[in-house]
Amino acid sequence: MIIPRVPVQQRAMLAQGRLQGPTPWVLAILMLLTLLAAAAGLSLARSASGIGGAIADRVTVQIVTANPEERSRQASRIRRLAADQPYVRAVRAVPRDEVAATLGRWFGTGNGDDDPVIASRPLPDLVDGDLVPGSGAAAEARLRSLVTAQAPGARVIPHAEWLAPVASLIRTLAWVAVGLVVLMAMASAAVVIMTARAALGTHYATIEMLHLTGATDTQICRLFQRRIAIDSAYGIMLGALVAALVLALLAWQLADVTAGLGASAALGAWGWIFLALLPLLAIALAALTARVTLLRALKHML
Amino acid sequence: MVEFDHVGLRYGPDAEVLVDISFTLQPGSFYFLTGASGAGKTSLLKLLYLAQRPSRGIVRLFDEDVVALPRHRLPGFRRRIGVVFQDFRLIPHLSARDNIALPLRILGVEESDLAGPVDEMLSWIGLKDRAQALPATLSGGEQQRVAIARAVIARPKLLIADEPTGNVDPDMAMRLLGLFEALNRLGTTVVVATHDVHLISRIDNAQMMRLEKGRLADPTGALRFPPANRL
Repeated sequence: MIIPRVPVQQRAMLAQGRLQGPTPWVLAILMLLTLLAAAAGLSLARSASGIGGAIADRVTVQIVTANPEERSRQASRIRRLAADQPYVRAVRAVPRDEVAATLGRWFGTGNGDDDPVIASRPLPDLVDGDLVPGSGAAAEARLRSLVTAQAPGARVIPHAEWLAPVASLIRTLAWVAVGLVVLMAMASAAVVIMTARAALGTHYATIEMLHLTGATDTQICRLFQRRIAIDSAYGIMLGALVAALVLALLAWQLADVTAGLGASAALGAWGWIFLALLPLLAIALAALTARVTLLRALKHML
Repeated sequence: MVEFDHVGLRYGPDAEVLVDISFTLQPGSFYFLTGASGAGKTSLLKLLYLAQRPSRGIVRLFDEDVVALPRHRLPGFRRRIGVVFQDFRLIPHLSARDNIALPLRILGVEESDLAGPVDEMLSWIGLKDRAQALPATLSGGEQQRVAIARAVIARPKLLIADEPTGNVDPDMAMRLLGLFEALNRLGTTVVVATHDVHLISRIDNAQMMRLEKGRLADPTGALRFPPANRL
């Protein structure tokens, strides 16, 4: 049992007093940081997964033939032929306006369709294609040979090549967050161990008296375990409450972000459920750590 | 009840504080343990109430060898022993009443069954009106009476008292001794360590053990040397 049941009169064998000493406050801070790290880890993992899913089977065909009319014909043929292939799920020609708008952010003057800089540039024709999921490198190679046959200078660019390093970085950051959660769980356990040992030292005379009166290690352990578990629970729930407020604020701000990485960073229902379970796991960990520490220490007393 | 066979006790690397102690305590008997300060009385009592294991020899308690007794079996033995400590060892945050009730609570006695014996004991030691007082607010004599009440409330088979009358007036000393004698008549074996020679003469049939520099003398001839199991 996480918080052992001890009759009221027996609880009094240990001096009363709650939220005294630094333990609950330290555990509150550690819980706050643990939840924030866990939330960051979860959202990063979801982002990495979202990016991976979005780009895994997507390619863009870039046609750079100098003659604009020939380029446009090649683009149309490639789009038509690609759409007939069994390994291609969807295909679309990227409108020239969209290409111009994208490039205009970097090279243009910001005048939209009338941008003189973009208008002076030879823009490539682009065809976006979604391959059948799981069709893999073979489908990519077949598409490449189809494209090369229609437009010798064209390039087939898998999106994964562009964004894979970003997804990899995000995944790494997610693992760093997992590492932080583990480290903070270990730090919390260490705090509980120190608290349990300090409590045994403080109450040594009482414990000795209880032992000599015939109390078992388990009886004495339950008294201390109960106290430490309750104090830990207060600290952990306080930390969880503050973390919930911080995460709610972030979620509220994130609600305005409807596209891109921001949207994929939302925690999702399972993420929130996992975060809600973390404080309960932390309380159980604190109680278990206290029990093991206390029983081991009591064994060294006669 | 209790058998010591060539028991020695040393603390760390120092010389033995108890040397070759051998004796047998008969069930239902009354013993006084005397000796000068530093003779080893408290060390001998610690062996009796299982606060210490001997460095050598055999200690049998309630017909079992307790030297190598596993830890988890110690509470069962300790629950049959009542101890009055020289320094009382009352739990400071518990009231007189809760200190006295402690052994019964450890035994798991229901609160409803506990009130009667505790009240009776408080009345007997004359502290009923101070039942809720904390030890720090009690005089030395009152604390000693609470300590004695705590030691006897669970009707122990063996009662061990280390200078139990050191802090009480002569009248109270006699009343406390009367309690020990009454328990003894009910079958409890009593061992009282004391300097008080007058106390010793008050109990009929009491036997005396005397410790001198860690060795046991046998001035009344009541103790058997060597112990029975070696004859």
